[in-house]
Amino acid sequence: MAETKRIITIFLRLLALGATVSATVAMVTSHDSAEVLNIKFMAKYNTAPSFKFYVIPEAIASGYGLVALFLSRKSWVDGLIVIMDVLIAMLLTSSISAALAVGEIGKKGNGHAGWLPICDQVPKFCDRVTGSLIAGFAAAIVYLVLNLYSLHVVLAPLFPV
Amino acid sequence: MAVQSGEKLPMFIWSNPRNRWTLLVLRLLAFLAAAAATLVMVLNKQTKTFVVATIGTTPLKLTLTAKFNHTPAFVFFVMANGLVSIHNLVMIMVDLLRSKLDYKGFRFPMVAILDMLNVALLSGGANAAVFMAELGKNGNSHARWDKICDKFGTYCDRGAGALIASFLALAFMLLVSFISILKLANSSSHISHNNN
Repeated sequence: MAETKRIITIFLRLLALGATVSATVAMVTSHDSAEVLNIKFMAKYNTAPSFKFYVIPEAIASGYGLVALFLSRKSWVDGLIVIMDVLIAMLLTSSISAALAVGEIGKKGNGHAGWLPICDQVPKFCDRVTGSLIAGFAAAIVYLVLNLYSLHVVLAPLFPV
Repeated sequence: MAVQSGEKLPMFIWSNPRNRWTLLVLRLLAFLAAAAATLVMVLNKQTKTFVVATIGTTPLKLTLTAKFNHTPAFVFFVMANGLVSIHNLVMIMVDLLRSKLDYKGFRFPMVAILDMLNVALLSGGANAAVFMAELGKNGNSHARWDKICDKFGTYCDRGAGALIASFLALAFMLLVSFISILKLANSSSHISHNNN
């Protein structure tokens, strides 16, 4: 029983680690430039505060995921890991929702505010940011599953469910 | 890696009646804050007439409206806050009627899980709206997006008020979720002691 739990948790953590690392790397290396009317403008992730904010929790989650894979199994360390998992899951959901809001404006624009979509001018930037957002969304879901599984493992053996 | 089942978690004095009222008061505050955020954002509207050109002596006027449903992030914000306020209302009623609505202690994990999910939903809605509001306030020179807050000041101010209320609701919901999980932990250790 304990072996199965360990294997499942390690598998989920590896999945989450892969997702967060790829999200961070894809967002940081995304850039493209376009020339409009002889004015060159560069699209990088740090032009949008939302994407700058997105990179920080993903990087923190990557570092934490790496550390949590290798921590020893005393009881107080386990409790701390559960609490940190909940915190990191919250960070990930907030960062992905912020980045998705601004990314949606970049892809579709906002007619009422006179904001044109930029994905046609900088397609490489857009594609890489899309990939990064998909990975970040998957990471948030995996952390949610990990939290529910930890909750089930700690508290469920006494319930008929 | 997983926490061992049946380990000792800190005993929270849950039979103390004062703690029951703490949870109810926190839920009430979260409900009020989320409902205020929803209402302020839904009723947020500003119309302004601009003079775009002058033909001869007659000015050409253009009337523009700023509403919350022009922006998908604000629509999601309204829905998230609405759902969280309904959730809190239902949970307050469940808490007041607890002896009639229980089935073998099934109430505790359901309330804890629902609270966690609602915290995630509220955090998502509030964060998306806050970054959209930042974009409206500062614009983005790289993408040639103009800011709109200098023209629609009242819309921006009311939106800011709704966002502040939503973040207060998020803080209260975090405390509520924490207390619900502690209650779940204590109920399960209580049951295990009774079975032993």
